[in-house]
Amino acid sequence: MADDQKPGGSEAAPPPGSEAAGQPAKPAPPKPAAAPPKPAAPPPPKPPAIMLATPWESDLARELKEAFGEAIGETSTYLGQNFIVAKPGSAIPILEYLKLESDFDYLVDVTAVDWPKRAERFDVVYILYSFSRNERVRVKIFIPDGYQPETAVGVHLTADWLEREVYDMFGIEFAGHPNMRRILMPDEWQGFPLRKDYGILQQDERWVQENLGIESGQ
Amino acid sequence: MPDSTFLDSTELVLNMGPQHPSTHGVLRIILKLDGEKVLGTECIIGYLHRGVEKIGENRTYAQFNPYVDRMDYVAAISNGLGYCLAVEKLLNVEAPPRAQCIRVILTELNRIASHLLWLGTHALDIGAITPVFYCLREREEALKIFEKYCGARLTTHAFRIGGLLYETYDGFEQEIRDFCAMFVPKVDEYEELLTNNRIWIGRLKDVGILSADECKEYGVTGPVLRAAGVKWDLRKAQPYSGYEKYDFEIPIRQNGDTYDRYIVRMEEMRQSVRIMQQAVEAIPEGPIMGKVGKVIKPPVGEAYVSIEAPKGELGYYVVSDGSTQPYRLRVRPPSFVNLQALDRMIRGGLVADVVAVVGTLDIVLGEIDR
Repeated sequence: MADDQKPGGSEAAPPPGSEAAGQPAKPAPPKPAAAPPKPAAPPPPKPPAIMLATPWESDLARELKEAFGEAIGETSTYLGQNFIVAKPGSAIPILEYLKLESDFDYLVDVTAVDWPKRAERFDVVYILYSFSRNERVRVKIFIPDGYQPETAVGVHLTADWLEREVYDMFGIEFAGHPNMRRILMPDEWQGFPLRKDYGILQQDERWVQENLGIESGQ
Repeated sequence: MPDSTFLDSTELVLNMGPQHPSTHGVLRIILKLDGEKVLGTECIIGYLHRGVEKIGENRTYAQFNPYVDRMDYVAAISNGLGYCLAVEKLLNVEAPPRAQCIRVILTELNRIASHLLWLGTHALDIGAITPVFYCLREREEALKIFEKYCGARLTTHAFRIGGLLYETYDGFEQEIRDFCAMFVPKVDEYEELLTNNRIWIGRLKDVGILSADECKEYGVTGPVLRAAGVKWDLRKAQPYSGYEKYDFEIPIRQNGDTYDRYIVRMEEMRQSVRIMQQAVEAIPEGPIMGKVGKVIKPPVGEAYVSIEAPKGELGYYVVSDGSTQPYRLRVRPPSFVNLQALDRMIRGGLVADVVAVVGTLDIVLGEIDR
């Protein structure tokens, strides 16, 4: 990654010693009032800025790169939080390795982020924690729409419901999952609510009419 | 004699909920029974799903703040603290010391209120009617303090991103001191009713055991994990909001059964009082709002921040695209993850234990379904 270019959003970076003024009245100093954000238009213009993550240098990162080589795309840290970007197929071996070799025995969360304009449309994010090291790490994979990542249930049982929720909300099916069904939405619901192309007022009208006996949920 | 009669014991599928009082909301459990023995369960959830994460993507950071109170509505202040800390992390600001200290006091008071509601309803489920009146009596005192501080009793919206909106009212410190002094003998009183009660012990001991390894496997946190002997509390492990300054213990027990979880939560209430007593004597002077602009616009990036909520690890994973609205806002609710272990806990138990085990998990469906 490039080191210290600051494209658009150059906020005041480290303001920890912040006594003196109690009034938060004035905004960040170098913001010309040229670009007030659009009032209600849904799609924001593609922001030029990128996440200013820095490389993550540690024994664990080196160890992982040694063990998985090409499969680890990036080891970075942002705001003191470490993450790994891995090839989609290698997520489960990495989780297994982290659990058995490095004691990351607690899968905190599995979730996804939708980037509709990107070729690999979804991030799937695994958040791990190690009790003995008191350390967190995120493992991310980028997958295209329709790709079925392998389930993590074989490594962490807690992935069962978490992956079901990802399927329910994003339509990402996990291959080998013992019970790949919706969990929060009704079983027959059409559409995946947390995808970016699913509007906030959108509903499965047919489901609403058939099951609730009303014209529309709006 | 006919070959089989209706008295033959066969497997029976029994539906419990979603309108069952002991499911603490709208949880539906399908039980597979052999006589009184539970062979397996399946939880059906989602009846309270409101799409909180979707709403988050369509509101500004500040606008979303009140919504988080509606997830775990029993511990709204903890939810708010977690959310504010997550956005503050993205903004790379910290609340001023005074705000942090007041946050700790209110959050611990909310932990007590949450545990009190748990204790009262849990005991009620088991058949002990008295404790719920005692618990709600003391919870009322806590809610009065919330009401005096911010005007709301349940969904408080007490904190703002960057610090606090409201200064404490006159006499706040004294009321906290009075509450602490009043409350510790009350915990003794609850314990007198329950801890050595033979029925209570009979219903809870060795029921719904979850070992430490199973807890980790299922991602179970909070008092359930601590009752299994794991001395882990995010307030100690990764302190936030100045928790490292206070002297308190992490209560643990070893068996991981329902009785131990009861003991752990009782002790946690005493520890919360300890924290409040220290914090209230050390509220620093100074501003209550950090340097946060009127328009909250975190730089592009992502952060995962979690706190020790009364139910366990409550995490927020926030992705910012540099605009005024979160690009993705994931809530990692403790109840959702903890409930998953229900099947493991009651398989092989008796049908009456289901009520005890659901109660001991201390779930809130608003948080599970979001």
